[in-house]
Amino acid sequence: MMKQQKYFVSGNEAVALGVQRSRTQVVTAYPITPQTVAMERLSEMVADGELRTEFMLVESEHSALSAAMGASAMGTRTFTATSSQGLLYMAECLHYASGGRWPIVMMNANRSVALPWSIFGDQRDSLSLLDSGWIQVYVEDAQEAFDMIIQAFAIAEDEQVLTPVMVNLDGFTLTHTYEPVFVPTQEAVDAFLPPYQAPVKMDLDRPLNMAFSSTPPNNMEFKYQQHQAMEAARPVIAQVEQAFHAHFGRAYGGLIDAYRCDDAERILVTVGTVTGTARQAVDQLREQGQKVGLLKIRFMRPFPHEEVARALRHARAVGVLDRDISFGYEGTVFTNVNSALIGNKVVPPALNFIAGLGGRDIGVEDIEKMFERLAAAMDGKAAKRVEFIHLGVATDE
Amino acid sequence: MNNAVFSSRNMTEQEFFFGHKACAGCGGALAVRLALKVLGERTFAALPAGCMSAVGFIYPQMAFGINAIISTFAGTASMLAGMAAAARAQGLEDVHIVGFAGDGGTADIGIQALSGAIDRGERIIYICYDNEAYMNTGTQKSGLTPLGARTTTTPDGSVVGGSTTKKKNMFDIVAAHGIDYAATASIGYYQDYMNKVLRASQCGGTAYIHVMAPCPTGWGIPTEHALTIARESVDCGLWYLAEYSQGKYRLNQRPETFTPVEDYLRKQGRFKHLQSDDIAQAVRDRDARWQYMLTQWSDA
Repeated sequence: MMKQQKYFVSGNEAVALGVQRSRTQVVTAYPITPQTVAMERLSEMVADGELRTEFMLVESEHSALSAAMGASAMGTRTFTATSSQGLLYMAECLHYASGGRWPIVMMNANRSVALPWSIFGDQRDSLSLLDSGWIQVYVEDAQEAFDMIIQAFAIAEDEQVLTPVMVNLDGFTLTHTYEPVFVPTQEAVDAFLPPYQAPVKMDLDRPLNMAFSSTPPNNMEFKYQQHQAMEAARPVIAQVEQAFHAHFGRAYGGLIDAYRCDDAERILVTVGTVTGTARQAVDQLREQGQKVGLLKIRFMRPFPHEEVARALRHARAVGVLDRDISFGYEGTVFTNVNSALIGNKVVPPALNFIAGLGGRDIGVEDIEKMFERLAAAMDGKAAKRVEFIHLGVATDE
Repeated sequence: MNNAVFSSRNMTEQEFFFGHKACAGCGGALAVRLALKVLGERTFAALPAGCMSAVGFIYPQMAFGINAIISTFAGTASMLAGMAAAARAQGLEDVHIVGFAGDGGTADIGIQALSGAIDRGERIIYICYDNEAYMNTGTQKSGLTPLGARTTTTPDGSVVGGSTTKKKNMFDIVAAHGIDYAATASIGYYQDYMNKVLRASQCGGTAYIHVMAPCPTGWGIPTEHALTIARESVDCGLWYLAEYSQGKYRLNQRPETFTPVEDYLRKQGRFKHLQSDDIAQAVRDRDARWQYMLTQWSDA
């Protein structure tokens, strides 16, 4: 195993280190809380000569991704980062980048969406853009953030995939929390991640017209290919993780990460940093002899429908924790999990817990409450399908 | 500045924009075609949503002989900047990164990205082909539609007749950034335009050219009059040929006498409804603009 240096860094700084180690050729930056520190660290690396990249301080998020697309279309490895309002401001460009099949990697610091204004975390920003054609991965800690930036380039640039990747970090909880992170040497990362060789790019020897218009007789075929590329990403994600493990000794379970699920009667599904809290709750309940488990969904696109169904197939009750709500229905993660369960003919009672919106803390006791609800549902008692956890106002019920 | 001069005699026969489906007499298509003759094959172009992208990139028939890409409507200048950054990252030398955007794509939705690119000193050439309305969507008012002009969103109604706002002054806005090179031009004076494209490509920084490019369809003129009306816009003084570089403005052409504004306006369907006091207003605005240019631009 290659020697790795231990850093004590925040999630934002881990991302910056990942961008540096990936030898990213073009970085476009526009500040937004809580992503800013990632861009500040990259700026410092450029100023100190530790990062050789074309570093662009653009004037908006829309331009950040527009410039990234221009750079990627020319065949360079390209990175940008955003959050919340910024992500929504670049929404047009998200669809554009995936349709253009440009393997851009973008960090998104998950943050609530106005109104009301809030700089604090939930996942309503990125989940509202699930249909934009980006691979979406959600990481749990700074080490996973660093590792996934590097893996994201390998996945995005694979010729079968050529699809942009959004690496999501919970705002503040992860972006601003300091942890030890093992950082391999540049040479070691180079051995894992070779320079990007774009199979299609603007080229002086072979001029191309790109990002063109299509007509009804051919538009759907382009969209079908995009879908196929996303499907092709499933095995590529696994292969990239295997190779990463071989190089650096770390693995995260692929599309999902099941924890104490094998004999679990009740399983809670989580996305992002709340998984750490949930793991602690599961351990405590297990000590009390309760058969509970935890399923962390790492990739929301491509969605791991088979893996989710397999992990949940013996559960007698399933809960989905959403830091999101699609008003008028339910949490988006819940919708996706339910679809996976029904599609695979796994139909335990399933409850949706809406929690942690706008930075509301989710404690171990909240997780325990969710497992209590699942116990009741398992015993056939009536339960609310969608429940807001830890509300500070009186509700009708 | 280089002394090389383009003329109809030494202009290359090579074409880089053909086979498109632009309307007959399209001023925008000519502006793109002529600029690419100057810039040549080591050129990367970006064009936002608009006429030139709509007529040039319909899969599988691609009309550009150089590398070209459609940008988002608002993102022409930022996509160009990203392309320029990638060219530097790859060590590409002696290349031109050029954008062609319409008046709406430049003065309205794209002005933020353009301002940012000028501020950063990006090595790009940004060409605004101005046909004074959103022509691709069927002639709606833009920030560069002149006062009184009839568009589908500023109709000649019984209460309001045509556009109630004046044309935004993009040349001054761009120059106020302290840009490396800016110029106005008209396809009616195509040799002047082509030489400005050449100077833009040699300025070593950010360049902006604002070229008057009539749209026969939207203006209500015969297709064969596009060039003459473009020339007349300059001759009557409503448009002007100027340059800005190193902090100084220069007028390239200072007519002794202007041709009548009324003649220019009356030839166009979009101005057919104007009354004599509307025309008098246009003349007053023209004279005020010239007064400003002649007095404020000390080097004019």
